[in-house]
Amino acid sequence: MSSIRVRAQLRDGVTNVRALISHPMETGQRRDNSGNVVEAHYITEVVAEMGSRHIMTANWGPAISRNPYLSFEFEGANTGETLKLSWVDNKGEQDSTEVRIG
Amino acid sequence: MNCKRRVFLKGTLAAGTVGVAVGAGLLTPSTVLASARDAFQAESVSDALRVAMGSANHSSGNLVVRAPELAENGAVVPISVESDLAGVSDVAILAAAANHPLTSSYKLSPGTKANISTRIKMGQTSEIVAVAKVDGQLYSASQEVRVTVGGCGG
Repeated sequence: MSSIRVRAQLRDGVTNVRALISHPMETGQRRDNSGNVVEAHYITEVVAEMGSRHIMTANWGPAISRNPYLSFEFEGANTGETLKLSWVDNKGEQDSTEVRIG
Repeated sequence: MNCKRRVFLKGTLAAGTVGVAVGAGLLTPSTVLASARDAFQAESVSDALRVAMGSANHSSGNLVVRAPELAENGAVVPISVESDLAGVSDVAILAAAANHPLTSSYKLSPGTKANISTRIKMGQTSEIVAVAKVDGQLYSASQEVRVTVGGCGG
């Protein structure tokens, strides 16, 4: 199952995208129960695109909350088109998903 | 390595803009491309803005930042930036009191609106500053968020 849950709704020519990503977003400052520092592990980049059209790139630091939420809006899409959302984290892990604009 | 790079960055920033450094051949283009990440190492709002947005001169207005006045749980603080400005190319969200103020920055393509929401962690009470860039001009809005339980230590 994808780590990304996303909805893209078109209204009056504006597509509203709301996404939730499952990710620990560890800052590298937190200590676990035995007192050891938990290694930093956070998403550094989220990219939204439609085919070859770039919509938005988010650059994130460790201050973004655990299981991040992101919403944004853009113009010029049609119902039924596909929006692709992908992320990469500081360990090089990545995931992506596609959603039909409804 | 990281520490040296920060010292180097501070030096170039003190001498002028990063652009001037490029002109003088001090920085290769690939180093400039890395600046989106370097901005997260900056220790003040103005340093972060210079690295992320190319300038620290911003005038308030033309956008709105929405955040709770009181965050009972600093681990999850919802922040929204909204603006009717056309042609916004970049948005940044900063927590002024944090050791590294930049929380996130966003590159917007033409047609993408300056309406962004996310959730951030806050370890302490801080001014939240949102900045939008249009044609090289920076516009800002800010709001203080009081934090009762910090969210950085877990």
